[in-house]
Amino acid sequence: MHPAAIARALADGALGSYKAGAPGPTPAVNKAMKIHEYQAKELLQRYGVPIPAGRVATSADQAYEVAKALGTEVVVVKAQIHAGGRGKGGGVKVVKGAEEAKRKASEMLGMMLRTHQTGPEGQEVKRLLIEEGVGIQKELYLGLVLDRAQKRLVLMGSAEGGMDIEEVAANHPEKIIKVPIDPVVGLMPYQVREMWFGMGQKPELIGKATKLCTAIYNAFVATDSAIIEINPLIITKDGDLLALDAKINFDDNALYRQPEIVKLRDLDEEDQREIEAKEYDLSYIALEGNIGCLVNGAGLAMATMDIIKHAGGSPANFLDVGGGATADKVKAAFSIILRDPKVEAVLVNIFGGIMKCDVIADGVIRAARETKLEIPVVARLEGTNVELGKKMLKESGLDLTSADNMLDAAEKVVRLAKERKKKG
Amino acid sequence: MAIYVNSDTKVLVQGITGSAGSFHAQAALDYGTKVVGGVTPGKGGQRFNDRVPIFNTVAEAKEKTGANATVIYVPAAFCADAILEAVDAEIPLIVVITEGIPVMDMVKVARAMETSKCRMIGPNCPGVITPGQCKIGIMPGHIHLPGKVGVVSRSGTLTYEAVGQLTAMGWGQSTCVGIGGDPVNGTKFVEVLEAFNRDPDTDAVIMIGEIGGTDEEAAAEYIKREWKKPIAGFIAGTTAPPGKRMGHAGAIISGGKGTAAEKIAALEAAGVRVAPTPADLASTLKKAVG
Repeated sequence: MHPAAIARALADGALGSYKAGAPGPTPAVNKAMKIHEYQAKELLQRYGVPIPAGRVATSADQAYEVAKALGTEVVVVKAQIHAGGRGKGGGVKVVKGAEEAKRKASEMLGMMLRTHQTGPEGQEVKRLLIEEGVGIQKELYLGLVLDRAQKRLVLMGSAEGGMDIEEVAANHPEKIIKVPIDPVVGLMPYQVREMWFGMGQKPELIGKATKLCTAIYNAFVATDSAIIEINPLIITKDGDLLALDAKINFDDNALYRQPEIVKLRDLDEEDQREIEAKEYDLSYIALEGNIGCLVNGAGLAMATMDIIKHAGGSPANFLDVGGGATADKVKAAFSIILRDPKVEAVLVNIFGGIMKCDVIADGVIRAARETKLEIPVVARLEGTNVELGKKMLKESGLDLTSADNMLDAAEKVVRLAKERKKKG
Repeated sequence: MAIYVNSDTKVLVQGITGSAGSFHAQAALDYGTKVVGGVTPGKGGQRFNDRVPIFNTVAEAKEKTGANATVIYVPAAFCADAILEAVDAEIPLIVVITEGIPVMDMVKVARAMETSKCRMIGPNCPGVITPGQCKIGIMPGHIHLPGKVGVVSRSGTLTYEAVGQLTAMGWGQSTCVGIGGDPVNGTKFVEVLEAFNRDPDTDAVIMIGEIGGTDEEAAAEYIKREWKKPIAGFIAGTTAPPGKRMGHAGAIISGGKGTAAEKIAALEAAGVRVAPTPADLASTLKKAVG
C-alpha cells in the first residue's frame, strides 16, 4: 500500500473512531471518569491487548524523540483531550518521519481544539500521542458496556469498524453482534466465537480475538470500567489484531476502591465548577442559559430545568444539592451558581420533605448575604414549616421572592431575569 | 390491600445504628410502621431507642421476629453484601435506599437474584409507602393521604411533588413506589404497573420517568397491551443535554437513545396522558380519569 493510502486509511480510522461522542449503541453508561487515549492503551496493554508502538509527548522535542525511536516511515500525531471528535477538529495528523512529527507537534501543542464535544471555546491540547503508522487490512468495532435491561455486561462487535458506530446501531442494528456475559462465569470462548463468526470474520484470527476479548473483559471487571471501546480494532496487513484507538470510562461509584485509576485523572480536562461542586457533594452541570437552578433531588432538578424552558426561559445549570441539604451546602451551591457570569436570576426549588423549610430559608438568606447577592432569587419551598420559611424570606430585606408552586416559580424567575436584562 | 406493603408488613432495618438508618427507623416507628428488628453486625442483643431489638445477622433477625421485609441503609461499599445477606435469608421484600453502589456490584446482585423469589426495590430510591399503613424509606410521611392512586417513579423528590399535588387535590394514594435512579435496579416500571393493574385498591396511576435507559418504553408496551386503568405520566429531562449524567447514574442520554422525546412519544402512543410540566401531575391525572 502506498504511504498516502495508509495515511488516508489511518486518518479515516482515526476520524471515524472519534465521531461517536457518546459511548456506543446501547444507552447504558454510568457516570464515568474519563482518561486519555494513551492511558487507556497503556492500561489495556497490561491486560494483554495489542496496541501500536507509541508514547505520549508534551513538547515538540519529545515528539521528535518518540518518532525517531519508533523508526517508522509513517507517524501519527494524536491530540490527547477528553472530548470526542478530535479527528474532525484537526487533532489527528498522519505525517512522514520525525522532523515532520516535530513540526506538527509544535503546531498542535497549545492549540485550542474545537470539537462537537468541547463547546465553542475548545480545549487546550497539552499532550500528544506519537504512534507508529500501521498498514490496515480491515477495521472492526469492539465494545463492552452494561446492558441495563439484561443487567449484564454485553460484548459487542461489528465489521463496520472505524465508522460512526451510533449510525450503524441506528440504521443497521443487525450488523452489531452482541453477547451478554454471565458475571458468575465471565466471558467464555464460545461467546467470542459467536460474535466473531457473527461478524462474518474468518476463522484464522479466532484465537487472537478470543485472547483480546478476554483481556478486555478482565480489564473491565478489574478496574470497574463503565465502558471500554476499541474503534477501530484493526486487522493489520500482517494479519494481526491491533487496538488502533481505545476509550475507557470508569464507574465513579467504584473509584473509592480503584486508587490506581484515580491517579489517571486529568483535572485540566474537567470543568472547574464541576470539580468544586463534587467537593461539596453537589451534582452540578453547566448549561448555556441564564437562570441558575438550585434544587434537591436529581429528578426534580431536571424537571425544574424543563419547567423553566416551558415558561420561556433557559436554565444555566443542573444542580442537585442532594437529600440532606445543609445551610453550608446551599451556600456552596449558591457561590458556584453565581460564578457563572451568564446567570441573571436564580430559582431555588426545594421539596423539603423531612427537612424543615425554615432551616432551608435560613440557609438561603445566609448564602445570599455572604455571597453579596446582586441578582433576583425566586424560592419555592415545600414541606414542614413552609409558612415560617416564606415569612423569613420576605422579612430578610433581600431580593428574595417566594413562589407557591413550580410553575409560579418558573414564571416569576423568567420574568425577573428578563426585567433585569432590560435594565441592563 | 394496596401493593407490596401494608399494616401487616413486619420490617427489619439493616444499618439501624447508622445515622441515616437510625433517623429513618425512628420516623418509620413514628408513622406506625411495624419495625420489628434491626441488624448491625456486632451490636446484637442491644435495643434501638430502648425499643427495637438489634441482631447480628439478617437470618437471626428473621427467625426471631418473623420479618417479611427489610430496608437497607448500609453504606455503598458494603451494600451488595447486605443485600445478598437479605436474599440468602429469603426476606420477600428488600428495599435498598443506599445511593452510589458500584455498578459491577449490582450486576452480581442482580445475577444472584435471578434464582431468588425475593423482590428488590431500588437501590438509590426513596422506598415504598402505603399511606396510613406502612412507610419503608426516607419519604416524608405527612404529605401522604390514604386513597386510591398508585404512584411509581424513578425520582425521589419528584414522587413527593406528585404526592403533594394529589394530597392537595384531596386524592389519596394506595401505594407509592420509588424504583430508584440507578442503571441496574431491582423492580422496574412494568412490574410495579402489573401489581397496580391487579390491585383492587388502586383506581388510577401516576408514573414518573426520566431520561436514560428503555424502562419507560418497556412500560409503554405493557400499558398498550394490558393496562386497564386511567394513567398519567411525566418524563423529566426534556432539556437535558446528551452525554451528561443528570445526577442519577441512570439519567443520561447516550448514543442518541433514552431521550425524553422518545419516551413521551412511546407513552402517549400507549394511551398515557403525559403532563406538560411537573406542576401538572395531579391535574393531568384528573383529566385522564375524566
